[in-house]
Amino acid sequence: MGKQRNHFLKVGLVISLFALAACSSTSETDDGADSGASSSASSNSGSSASSRPGSGSGQLTQEQIRAQNALRQTVFYFDFDIAEFKAEDRDTLTYHARDLAANANKRVRLEGHADERGTREYNLALGERRANGILNYLIVNGASRSQIEVVSYGEERPAQSGQTESAYSRNRRVEIVAR
Amino acid sequence: MISRLSVLLLLLVSISARAELSIQITQGVDNPIPIAVVPFAWEGSGVLSEDVADIVINDLEQVGEFLSLSPGNMLSLPSEENEVFFRDWRILAQDYLLVGKIDRAPGSQLVQVQYEFFDINREMKLAGEVLTGSVTQLRDIGHEISNVVYELVTGTRGAFTTQILYIVSEELGPGNTTYRLEKSDYDGQRAQVLLESGEPIMSPNWSPNGEDIAYVSFETTLPRIYVQNIATGQRRQITNYPNINSSPVFSPDGSKLAMVLSKDGNPEIYVQDLVSNELIRVTNHPSIDTEPSWTVDGRSLVFMSDRTGQPQIYQMELGASDLYVERLTFDCFQCMKGNFLPDGVNLVHVRRETRQDPNYQIAIYNVETLRVITLTDTSLDESPSVAPNGSMIMYATKFAGRGVLDAVSIDGRVKFRLPSSQGDVREPSWSPFFN
Repeated sequence: MGKQRNHFLKVGLVISLFALAACSSTSETDDGADSGASSSASSNSGSSASSRPGSGSGQLTQEQIRAQNALRQTVFYFDFDIAEFKAEDRDTLTYHARDLAANANKRVRLEGHADERGTREYNLALGERRANGILNYLIVNGASRSQIEVVSYGEERPAQSGQTESAYSRNRRVEIVAR
Repeated sequence: MISRLSVLLLLLVSISARAELSIQITQGVDNPIPIAVVPFAWEGSGVLSEDVADIVINDLEQVGEFLSLSPGNMLSLPSEENEVFFRDWRILAQDYLLVGKIDRAPGSQLVQVQYEFFDINREMKLAGEVLTGSVTQLRDIGHEISNVVYELVTGTRGAFTTQILYIVSEELGPGNTTYRLEKSDYDGQRAQVLLESGEPIMSPNWSPNGEDIAYVSFETTLPRIYVQNIATGQRRQITNYPNINSSPVFSPDGSKLAMVLSKDGNPEIYVQDLVSNELIRVTNHPSIDTEPSWTVDGRSLVFMSDRTGQPQIYQMELGASDLYVERLTFDCFQCMKGNFLPDGVNLVHVRRETRQDPNYQIAIYNVETLRVITLTDTSLDESPSVAPNGSMIMYATKFAGRGVLDAVSIDGRVKFRLPSSQGDVREPSWSPFFN
């Protein structure tokens, strides 16, 4: 029941953000997700709305809006030394899985990454473990294994250089990349 | 004679100041051995591209155990035995003296370097020979003389003619990083690019005879293992398994490559025969098993596994079942990248003591006495690689936000750094002796 209520709140937030974004054109991208504390769903909805100025809310169902918003989030962040994706990303990943299931020709690559602490070889393995966690979730929720390629870059391709906690948290990630 | 020498000296000093990389000694021993290396006399015409005496001085000082006398404080500048007066050097409290001269070899483009090495206190010549080579080999000749001096004084074979492999990454612009596999002298000089790619390169490793190298390249967008011949540049792709192909390490006899493959779902240690290509699986555990290295006898593999929840170092005999895996490290939050020193007893590794202590440092664990010595005091140290004479460990760390290569003696007393001209430098791999 509490879950249900949460959904209503999110929808409300999406609509209000949509209205806001219609007035101000902001940048696209999914940077919002690294702020950690804020819900990824809400931070993403803002960006997605702004990049779709032409489509009026009347033409899309609320569910379609939710799905589109979810699919715009392609970067998922992880806690230090943790291979499981965050609970708050579960719904978003479910939409990705359904999208793959509905579009059999679609191919994606899951690119796993780690921050620079610890050895390079271990980080390569950690990046793969993170990507595999998402891979398994996508398959369980309808995607086909043949649609998804997994590659780990370990700590070799940081999103942000530097020895700060904020750089590290941006580097511990899995990216869903369309092929 | 003297005046001619000093003109030569000035020229040589200005040349060496242009060198791109130079070693910085960050920590030396308390009582270094005093040694006088007299600038070598050059009897030919023109200017030499290298200062042989300077190369020897740099070699000996960077390992921390020697302190050289400045030529400005010398009372005489002998270049051969009959010009040496031991009293001149005893007054200056020198223990050892190296003199030499360089000539054109008669009837050729080659040069010959004659050197003589003396024990001042015993008033005795310890070594002397003539080395011949091209002008471009003067640096090799200098390192060779350092090897002789070092071995005569310390009793340990010098590693001054060895080389290193390492990876450089350089950000050219947003989303545009170039990765280079480079080889240089052990001191960072004479760097050559062996491979350049827009995709990551990892884990360079020497074959035991120093003729081939193995590494991981993402050039196909997936990590795959390659073996490349240094002399010919010829290379071959060794693996093309699904998922991770990483951590290639030559066996001590050079016939096999230990590696990590996650083709069956999670990273496991494998050994591939380089002739028959036969692949043998070594570990069998659902956790991460990686970072293989060979024991000195080539019969077992050391590796890292997080099967207890955090990375620890294990050892396993080839052909044994996973039930007989032996755990080597216990008293650290994370112990990683284990590799035995040539003595087969001391295990160099990367160590994070506790969960609260965020530092990754280079340490040595003696598997017989169970004693641990932490050698470094920086916080992001990794990829330790041991010199073939077992005297020094080179490793990667961060300095001023950039990746640099540092080296530390196995007793922790001496440290030096190879500054990089550009980019992030990492994953040093110290070559074997080449002969």
